[in-house]
Amino acid sequence: MRIFLEQMLNGLTIGSFYALIALGYSMVYGVMKLINFAHGDLFALGSYLGFTLLVWGNAYVTSHVGLAGGMIAAMLIAAIGIGIAGIIIERIAYRPIYSVGRLPAVVSALGVSIFLENIIMVIWGPRYQAYPVSVVPTLRFEIGGIHVTLLQIVILILSFVLLAVLYYIIQKTTFGAAIRASALDRDTAALMGINIETIIFFIFALGPALGGTAGVMVGMYYRQISFTMGWNYGLKAFTATILGGIGNIPGAMLGGLLLGVFEMLGSAYISTAYKDVFVFLILILVLIFRPRGLLGEKVAEKV
Amino acid sequence: MTTLLKVEDLKIYYGSIEALKGISLTVDEGEIVTVLGANGAGKSTLLRAISGLLPIRSGKIKLNDQELNNVKAFKIVMEGISHVPEGRKVFGTLTVEENLNLGAYTRRKDIKSVEESKERVFNLFPILKSRRNQLAGTLSGGEQQMLAMGRGLMSTPRILLLDEPSLGLAPLLVRQIFQIIREINDQGISILLVEQNARKALSIAHRGYVLETGNISISGLASDLKSNQKVQEAYLGGAAFKKKNRV
Ligand SMILES: Nc1ncnc2c1ncn2[C@@H]1O[C@H](COP(=O)(O)OP(=O)(O)OP(=O)(O)O)[C@@H](O)[C@H]1O
Ligand SMILES: [Mg+2]
Repeated sequence: MRIFLEQMLNGLTIGSFYALIALGYSMVYGVMKLINFAHGDLFALGSYLGFTLLVWGNAYVTSHVGLAGGMIAAMLIAAIGIGIAGIIIERIAYRPIYSVGRLPAVVSALGVSIFLENIIMVIWGPRYQAYPVSVVPTLRFEIGGIHVTLLQIVILILSFVLLAVLYYIIQKTTFGAAIRASALDRDTAALMGINIETIIFFIFALGPALGGTAGVMVGMYYRQISFTMGWNYGLKAFTATILGGIGNIPGAMLGGLLLGVFEMLGSAYISTAYKDVFVFLILILVLIFRPRGLLGEKVAEKV
Repeated sequence: MTTLLKVEDLKIYYGSIEALKGISLTVDEGEIVTVLGANGAGKSTLLRAISGLLPIRSGKIKLNDQELNNVKAFKIVMEGISHVPEGRKVFGTLTVEENLNLGAYTRRKDIKSVEESKERVFNLFPILKSRRNQLAGTLSGGEQQMLAMGRGLMSTPRILLLDEPSLGLAPLLVRQIFQIIREINDQGISILLVEQNARKALSIAHRGYVLETGNISISGLASDLKSNQKVQEAYLGGAAFKKKNRV
């Protein structure tokens, strides 16, 4: 039981990373019908951005703002930086070729992914980098026999707040309805007065911003980061997106959290070595029995 | 009467295909004007061009003498033109209420006035009120048409462009929809009504135009069109009973 609860908690923690990253895939796919392969690398870039900020600001963090301040600052700056990167990528790598078709844009996204991965390697080197210990909260404690770390709690709370805010914007506001409407039918959305440019700007800023934030969280949680991490997390988060139903925002959140929990339970009860096999087995099963994903239902439109 | 909408010598192309070959028409303040025509005549093309969804090759579209040629589609609704597209095009995975809210998207910050518009729409289409939390895609065809029209009214337009509102509806519902179009017009909203149900359309319209493969062939008062021999033969005679078959 103790192991189960601990693994649930660990699963929710990494699941919230997946969920935050998955939102970017899902939003972009929903509106643009484009799988933004560069998204995982934007996440990695966010992680490195946070790393550099905390290394530079190490002394300042420990002497002035404190761990919480340093963490928030690193996430905020990574979010803004990666959000801007997302917009720039859309402008230069996708926008000029939308009219040519969907496949060229996907290829371009792959190109950007490789480009970003190499940029990270050139700037920060091919070896692992480690977030400085002094800027990461290390407090651990026990609740009812379960070991938890303060960092874990903070990450969970922050992630859930971010997920809740995003859920609210997309599902409960008229602007969110406009995003969903643009994903369904751009022409009719335009007839409502919805400017698709605004929507595109929003999704390409917000998706990567959330990914960048997750990057800092992952860096703090595991401390070690590498230039290939974008692929690894990107693939998992993309799997989560499919699991929940691509284009569906609550689906991406649910998919991410479930995937994290499966992965941790799988590694606890089956085998750590096979945890990825376990994850992709679930993906395959979902694709076979529910190809639209868990929440990706499509209401038939009557004509 | 002052002219509200004016289309002058409009030419629209799809690639190299000329869909509208230089047509002119006007809609006056407070008028119901109908555009009749067979499948593929260019009726929807005309409405889509007015809404800014299609590039204009030549000619002019004006609202109150303000040229709209280069106004982007998403800005047209703010000028007071609301387009209810062919086939309803409700947002199926959004609720009825979300669809209505999007109709007033451009003034979404003004919650009070959005709620007022919604109440007016609910008065016109009471069924929408009881279905407000239902997904639009699960509504019946008739309800979807009502939602599409209600959504179009949410922007408080000066002119409503209706593209075949009676398409695929049972006769009773057709009668109801046309009754409501008249009520909307009584509230001072001008209407440009594209229809294949010529008999019904001419019964509520003030004036009409007949569109034939991209050209206007006949135009005049609705009463004159009803008695026009060519219109009778092509649109009110046997042809009127040939229900349009679309799935
Ligand atoms: N996207 C498009 N690309 C190419 N041709 C098109 C396109 N849309 C319409 N057309 C052509 O333009 C012509 C006019 O089409 P339009 O849809 O305006 O007709 P319509 O009068 O609305 O017909 P219906 O009553 O069937 O709706 C048709 O010949 C049609 O094939
Ligand atoms: Mg048409």
